[in-house]
Amino acid sequence: MKVLDRKKMIWVNGALLILLALSVIACALLGPVRLDLARAWQNIFAANPDAEILFRARLPRVLLGVAIGGGMAACGVVLQALLGNPLACPQMLGVSGGASLGGILGLIFFPHWLLPIAGGLLGEISWVPLAAFLGALLSMIFVYRFSLFHGRLHPYHLLLSGVIFNAFIAAVIMFLNSIVDFYQAQGLLFWLMGSLSTRAYLTVAFIWAYIIIGFLWLWAKGLSLNLITVGEEAAMQLGVETAALQRQIFVASSLMIGAMVSVSGMIGFVGLMVPHVMRLIVGGDHRLLLPASFLAGGIFLCWADTLARVLLAPAELPVGIVTAFFGGPFFLYLLYREGGKKPAL
Amino acid sequence: MNPSILIRNLSFAYQDRSVLHGVSLSVEKGEMAGILGPNGSGKTTFIKILSAVLSGQGEVTLNGRSIETYGRGELSRLIAVVPQESRLNFPYTAAEIVLMGRAGHHGPFALEGKKDLEIARASMESTDSLSFSDRYLHELSGGEKQRVLIARALAQEPEILLLDEPSAFLDLKHQLHVFELLRRLNRERGLTIVAALHDLNLAALFFPRLVMLREGKIYRDGPPQDVLTEKTIDEVYGIRVRVERDPSGEKPQLFICPSL
Repeated sequence: MKVLDRKKMIWVNGALLILLALSVIACALLGPVRLDLARAWQNIFAANPDAEILFRARLPRVLLGVAIGGGMAACGVVLQALLGNPLACPQMLGVSGGASLGGILGLIFFPHWLLPIAGGLLGEISWVPLAAFLGALLSMIFVYRFSLFHGRLHPYHLLLSGVIFNAFIAAVIMFLNSIVDFYQAQGLLFWLMGSLSTRAYLTVAFIWAYIIIGFLWLWAKGLSLNLITVGEEAAMQLGVETAALQRQIFVASSLMIGAMVSVSGMIGFVGLMVPHVMRLIVGGDHRLLLPASFLAGGIFLCWADTLARVLLAPAELPVGIVTAFFGGPFFLYLLYREGGKKPAL
Repeated sequence: MNPSILIRNLSFAYQDRSVLHGVSLSVEKGEMAGILGPNGSGKTTFIKILSAVLSGQGEVTLNGRSIETYGRGELSRLIAVVPQESRLNFPYTAAEIVLMGRAGHHGPFALEGKKDLEIARASMESTDSLSFSDRYLHELSGGEKQRVLIARALAQEPEILLLDEPSAFLDLKHQLHVFELLRRLNRERGLTIVAALHDLNLAALFFPRLVMLREGKIYRDGPPQDVLTEKTIDEVYGIRVRVERDPSGEKPQLFICPSL
């Protein structure tokens, strides 16, 4: 009788964690400009171009990539379980649409406003991500309200109202895009495609706080997530308070997605593909699947963004193109190879 | 001593369609009762109310306490349900499914311990499903799946076992296996068993007490020879049958007379 035990938990997560650490170091060193790690370390605090590039440009971006990749993958896992649909992904919840619209309104109406943090001591941040996060919160409340009947969130309604909401928002965004001038339209398009470029550790810390709290919250529900994927009624009969679980998962993942989309735009594919790949590799138990997907999502997006930076250097590709371009074929290959052994997804 | 299940004046309606009205029933510890009735007579709804998936109007008491005072975790240690069928969108092995029965016993975050594994193994042994414990549930045949689901219910270590048409998709041999298993569990472990059944002849052979539902009300309640008569079958199912004794001479068996 083979089941998940402590040894497998430690082994899989440990291996992925080491891989992630190596990826972070490697990706921070890779880029259009060659860096010398030794030189960067020697004079960290002196004027030192190597340290400057490493710590001010590359490292925050790599750390942001890990957070977004991991967060998207973790949200993908729990949404697939919540909606009982293996094709669910973070883009489906309506939150992403709301965040995009909020961000775009910010870009159109106050592109240059800056919000000083702690009276300017901690630098300034743009209003655009704040507007996006506000959009995410509003759309979360909207979708929640439309899927709640008698205190229960209905997965079917959640899925449909999220998809319809996003389609509606997409139309609004297209409309806005066609009435603004050419340069603004260019900016909107770039924002929509998603990017991990950041220099602010504050933004990185904000995202990591959301991701870590959200992830731990979801991970604590790992066993209940297993049960709910065998059916809502069965889960109730096996001891899960399903109504509370569904509400909590929706709110936790929505907050995570809202925070992620508001700083990096909509980076697709990670949230759909990584959970599937990990399910094929480590199995369906959410207590392992969730942390493993988080780590693998971090590794994947870390490398995808590095490719986006170096492939056409000094120009940059939108990272969403790289995730889809390399992730898609790999996913199909894995699905084909494993196709006979696991249920058709 | 309090009866295992005590129901007083239970009614239930889906929106405006009334399904159960005024059902009162008492099931003692260690009893084995089969719920009969045509499609739509309220059997499945009844099972769902007893497992707190639905809540109706009226009084449902388990071991002397109202069902509403139980948390789901606590309830899962008292009552286990074997569903009619289980569709899975996600890949789980038979062993993983059975271990889910232990969820109400260990913490929400912990992995299963040695004791949980032992109980899961013993449950699979007693339902004859240990040999395919590492295969995926969706690869199993209907009979094997049903045995895994019964093992999951046993892993919950319940006092009461509810089943919703446990043999609906099984061939004759596997139907017989399931009924023999239920009888053994009832006799050896003193499990209280309440099952919605559709095969009247098998119900008569294995269940000492039958409850016949008709349009959401209890129509007859008693031993098979009182419940399964030519008159009741005609009135409840609207078909003509002949009732004879089985070869041992005790249990009633139905013979269908098609109205050519």
